[in-house]
Amino acid sequence: MDLITEITIFVLAAFVGFEVISKVPTTLHTPLMSQTNAIHGIIMLGGLIVIGTADGTLDKLIGTIAIAFGTINIVGGFMVTDRMLGMFTRKPKPKGQAEDDGS
Amino acid sequence: MPTAAFSPSSDFVTACYIVAFSLFIFGVRQGTHPRTARRGNLIAAAGMAVAIAVTLSLDVIGNGVLILIGILIGTLVGAIASRRVQMTQMPQMVALYNGVGGGAAALISWAEFRHQLSLGGDIPLDVLIPILFSMVVGSVSFWGSNVAFAKLQELISGRPIRFPGQHLINGILLAAILAGCVVLSADHASSPSQGLFVGVLVGAAALGVLFVLPIGGADMPVVISLLNAFTGLSAAAAGFALDNVALIVAGTLVGSSGTILTIAMSRAMNRSIGNLLFAGFGAVATGAAAGEERPVRAIGAQDAAIKLAYADSVVFVPGYGMAVAQAQHAVKELADELSRHGVRVAYAIHPVAGRMPGHMNVLLAEADVPYEQLKEMDEINPEMPQTDVAVVIGANDVTNPAAKNDPNSPISGMPIIEVNEAHEVIVIKRSLSPGFAGIDNDLFYEPNTSMLFSDAKQAAADIAAEVEGL
Repeated sequence: MDLITEITIFVLAAFVGFEVISKVPTTLHTPLMSQTNAIHGIIMLGGLIVIGTADGTLDKLIGTIAIAFGTINIVGGFMVTDRMLGMFTRKPKPKGQAEDDGS
Repeated sequence: MPTAAFSPSSDFVTACYIVAFSLFIFGVRQGTHPRTARRGNLIAAAGMAVAIAVTLSLDVIGNGVLILIGILIGTLVGAIASRRVQMTQMPQMVALYNGVGGGAAALISWAEFRHQLSLGGDIPLDVLIPILFSMVVGSVSFWGSNVAFAKLQELISGRPIRFPGQHLINGILLAAILAGCVVLSADHASSPSQGLFVGVLVGAAALGVLFVLPIGGADMPVVISLLNAFTGLSAAAAGFALDNVALIVAGTLVGSSGTILTIAMSRAMNRSIGNLLFAGFGAVATGAAAGEERPVRAIGAQDAAIKLAYADSVVFVPGYGMAVAQAQHAVKELADELSRHGVRVAYAIHPVAGRMPGHMNVLLAEADVPYEQLKEMDEINPEMPQTDVAVVIGANDVTNPAAKNDPNSPISGMPIIEVNEAHEVIVIKRSLSPGFAGIDNDLFYEPNTSMLFSDAKQAAADIAAEVEGL
């Protein structure tokens, strides 16, 4: 892909991002943040690609840490967002059987 | 034209990435309503699964064991953390996620830089410049987020940490980082120095630490949002370096989100982003009118219960103090008790109530408060003059009428919840001590204000018991 195509994609994505996200109500801004944390985990793809040609110990170490970091974002981000959003949609039914939140 | 070495070139892969980022955008789009947001989150997660699966199928993928180790560690840490974290700790958690995201981007840039060097040392500028950008911004986000985490978790003081010449040092550091990047770019065709690259990486780390240290706890919502935007941009830049369209679109999406939240937060505090980053509250305001004694009206739980039970409409104004006291469940019980007495109950949420955007809404949702009762500031302020009683719990500066009336106040112009417009105000607070801005709250001395000096949780429980007995 040439640079100008990439810049085109970037600019259009920025406009789409602003349009879509400005419609998210303030009530949901915290879940939005943790969800975008999770989406940011896409950086893990970069880790998968760079570790492919890693030979030296340092390169392998860098790649492995990057993959672990990215996975933390993906798994942790989507799971905690799901937990939070569950609170918004939870029906006022039985108490006590709410999920274990360690408190 | 030269591209990154292992760009996923096949149309099939690119098509899968397009599916993935479409699912991200669609998922976020579903997040505009609490009813659909949870499904939207799952849709976005499905997009992520597609992107990872297709990337793992590429020929360039190697070192499978290491990939497995990385994924295992990440899954374990992420899953445990997301299960264990309490809702009051969400700002710390998001700060950490911002941090690891930025860290991943910086590490990947470094690895790609080393790979490009190993190919012969002629790195095209359209690869090198995104690498440098991603490395610097990622490193700043990683270290800045870690400091923000330490402040929020109270591992270090949440107060602004300052020393003389701070701005000068930050300025010099930034200039040195930029100069390093220029030198590396100028050398792009003849093996740019890896020593200098690592030097710039370390410089960016120092800048990240130094830029968050002087920012006080109350300004954290802005810092977290800004770091969120940074991590997004670093991922987008990594996408330019690796020729990966999924990274570009997803990173830009995150960058837009962080930017929008940053703007919303600084607007809610009526301060420019520059002012937030380079000034800071603690230094500005040390209450001018602090000396003089002004009379306040103190009441007990019983009086408060009578006022509330015989009102038609009550608005609760929760602040972070309520969350610290773990009082949200007690407040919800009180609200339920009032509803049984036929009182209309709503909650007025200031945009910066809590420690991150939307934090208070999550805390109340956790206490099973229906989201229909959560009113935004602009929605509730016009209703205030028709409200019988406004109950301020653990909020302070965001209710201070001085923001509207006193042009000399340090918080002048900050949008507030106009509780002073309500017929009566009950402020539940331990003492008359000032809030984060360090200034006295004129609200406490208004004739229609009653002070209930107590712990928030205790007070809510006491009032609820009294209401029940009425």
